[in-house]
Amino acid sequence: MNSHYGIYGGQYVAETLLPTLYELEYEYEKAKSDPDFQAELKRLLKYYVGRESPLYHAQRLSRHCGGAQIYLKREDLNHTGAHKVNNTIGQALLARKMNKKRLIAETGAGMHGVATATVAALFGFECEVFMGAVDIARQAPNVERMEVLGAKVNSVTSGSQTLKDAMNEAIRDWTARAEDTFYVIGTVAGPHPYPAMVRDFQSVIGLESRRQCLEQCGKLPREVIACVGGGSNALGLFVGFLKDADVKRVGVEAGGNGLETGAHAASICGGRVGVLHGCKTYLLQNNDGQILETHSVSAGLDYPGVGPEHSYLADEKLATYVAVNDPEAVEAFDLLARMEGIIPALESAHALAHAIAIAPQYSPEDILLVNLSGRGDKDMDNIRHYRQRTQKTTAQHK
Amino acid sequence: MKNRIEKIFERCRDEKRAALILFTCCGYPDMENSERIIQGAIDSGADIIELGVPFSDPMADGMIIQKASQIALQNGASLKKVLAMAERLRKRNPNTGFILFSYFNVLLSYGLEALTDELARIGVDGILSVDLPYEEKAELEPLCKQKGLHLIPLVSPATSPERARLITGQASGFVYYIAVRGITGVRTELPQELIARLEEMGRISPIPVVAGFGIGDPETARKIAKHARGIVVGSAGMSLLVQEKPLEERISDFKHFVKSLSGSLSPDA
Ligand SMILES: Cc1ncc(COP(=O)(O)O)c(C=O)c1O
Repeated sequence: MNSHYGIYGGQYVAETLLPTLYELEYEYEKAKSDPDFQAELKRLLKYYVGRESPLYHAQRLSRHCGGAQIYLKREDLNHTGAHKVNNTIGQALLARKMNKKRLIAETGAGMHGVATATVAALFGFECEVFMGAVDIARQAPNVERMEVLGAKVNSVTSGSQTLKDAMNEAIRDWTARAEDTFYVIGTVAGPHPYPAMVRDFQSVIGLESRRQCLEQCGKLPREVIACVGGGSNALGLFVGFLKDADVKRVGVEAGGNGLETGAHAASICGGRVGVLHGCKTYLLQNNDGQILETHSVSAGLDYPGVGPEHSYLADEKLATYVAVNDPEAVEAFDLLARMEGIIPALESAHALAHAIAIAPQYSPEDILLVNLSGRGDKDMDNIRHYRQRTQKTTAQHK
Repeated sequence: MKNRIEKIFERCRDEKRAALILFTCCGYPDMENSERIIQGAIDSGADIIELGVPFSDPMADGMIIQKASQIALQNGASLKKVLAMAERLRKRNPNTGFILFSYFNVLLSYGLEALTDELARIGVDGILSVDLPYEEKAELEPLCKQKGLHLIPLVSPATSPERARLITGQASGFVYYIAVRGITGVRTELPQELIARLEEMGRISPIPVVAGFGIGDPETARKIAKHARGIVVGSAGMSLLVQEKPLEERISDFKHFVKSLSGSLSPDA
C-alpha cells in the first residue's frame, strides 16, 4: 500500500505507535479482499445507514441562481446525519476483527463523534470522544447525542480548544492504550494507512454520485464541489470522478473572516508544507513552524491541516481549492433552508456557497454536483450566536 | 577521533555509573532563565542535555511539558533563539553532550540543510525528533551523517526485537528506550517487564541504550540505571520548575533534584 502521495503523507508519529499502524495496515489490506468483510460493510451501509443516498435536483435554488443546474448528494440523509458514518462503520468492523475493546475519536462539529459513538453502541465497544471546549459549547446538541449513545465526551482545554487540540489529546490517549484501543480517525488525515483507508470508506459517495448523475441526467457534471476540513467528504466525492478529465473537482476551504485577515482555516489556499498529526501536508503555521490558531464559523472545518492526498491533488492541479468566508457560508445556509426546505450543516454550506456563486457562469444544460455532507440541526445555537455577534458589529459600525 | 557522546559513555563506564541525561524545555520560563536552568543542571551533574525546542502541539507530551512549552512560546522561544543559547552553552561547557530535541515540524520549518549546518558549526552533538520514526528518517539522516551529527532513535515497549535490531543497527550516539507505553510525565509505577526489556535491548543494540519516560525520583533512577547506560529525566525536573513559587526557589529545588539524581547514579549509592 502506498504510504505517500508525492512528498505528502507518511507516518510521522512516535515509535510507540508504529507497530499499531503496521497491524492496522495488515488487517485493512486483508479486509479489502475479504468477501465476508465487504458483504457486512455493504449490508450495514444499506440497512443501517440507509444508503444509497439520493442525488437531488435543487430546482428552485437552481432557478434562483440562474445558470447551471445544482444537484445535491444527500449525505445529510444518512443515519446520524452526515457522511462520517460511512467511515466509522468500516473502522468499527476492523476494530472488531482486531479484537479491540474500546474506540476513541476526535471530533470538531461532533458529527464524527456521534458517528463513532453510534457504531460503538452497535458493536458493543466502550467509547471516548475528545472534543475541544470551544466546540463543546458551539455544537452542544451533538455532545448530548454522544452521551445518550453511551460515549464519554472529554473536554479538551489545551491550545485553541478546537479540533486540532482534540486530535492531540486522542493521539496521547492512543499512544498509551493502543493495545486495547482503536483510534477511529474522522478524516483523510493522520498517519498512513488512515488517509487511504478513510478515502476508500468514503469513496461510496463519489461512486454513487457518478452513477446517479449519469442515470438521472445522461451526462456528467461540469464540476463536483465539496467542503474541505480534513477532506474526507471531498476526497470520497473526487475519487468517483478522478478519471473524468472534463469534470472539474473543487474543494472549498473555510475562509473564516477572509484569507487576508489571517483568521481562517484554509490550509491549502493560505498555508505551507509541514508535518502535523502524523502526515506531511499543507498547514497553517508561523515562520517558526508553530501551528496557528484557526477560525471558522464551522467547527468541522476549523482545522489547520488537510489530508495529504489533497495537498498532492492541489500541487498536481488534479483538483482546485478555493476559500469561502463565514458570511457567504451562512447566506448559503439560509438560502437552502428557505428555497428547498433543507437545512445544511455549516460545513456543507461552504461548498454550496461556492456553487451558488459560480452557477451563473454556466448555462442551464450544465450540472454542478455539490456534496451536502451533513445536516444542520447541530448548528442552531451556533447560527443564533453568529447572528448576534454580526448584528452587534454591524451596529457598532453604524 | 572519538566523538563527544562516545567519550561521555566511556567516561561513565570507567566511573562505573550510568550517564545522567536531562531534558529541559528551552525558553521556559523565558530564554534568559532557561539558560541559567540548563547551566544549573550541568553544574549539578548532568552529562547530556536534551535541548527541548517547544512546539505548539506536543502530541507525545504530558501536562507538565505541555504547560512549560506553552509558556515558553508565549514568552518568545524559538529554534533560532535556542541555537544562539546552545552556542553560548557549548563555549562554557566543552565536555557536555547537547542533543537538540523537538517535533519534526519545527526542524522542517527551519530548513534541514541550514539546521544541520548550524548544529555542526555550534557543536551540538545530535538531533532527536520524537515524531520522526525509522520509516521517515531518510529526509534527515543523510544530512546528519554528512555533518557528523547523531540522529538519536527511539525504541518502545511496543517495538519487536527484530525492529529494534533494524533501528539500532544503523544508528549512532545512543538509543533512547521509552520505558512506558504512553506520553511523557512522572509515573508512580513503571512496567514490570522494563528491566528485562532493557537487558534485551542492551544485547541487541551496538550503541548505548538509555531509558527515559516516567522516571521521577532518585530511587527509581538508581534501580533502572543498573540495567541501562544512561537514564533520561524530563517531566520530573520540569515539574519543579512549573511550581507556583518564586523563581529562585524553583531553580534551587531543580538543581537540588539534579544533584540527588546524579548522586543516585554513583557506584557507591
Ligand atoms: C457535515 C460535515 N461536513 C464536513 C466536515 C469536514 O470533514 P471532512 O473535510 O473530512 O469531510 C465535517 C466535520 O466535522 C462535517 O461534520
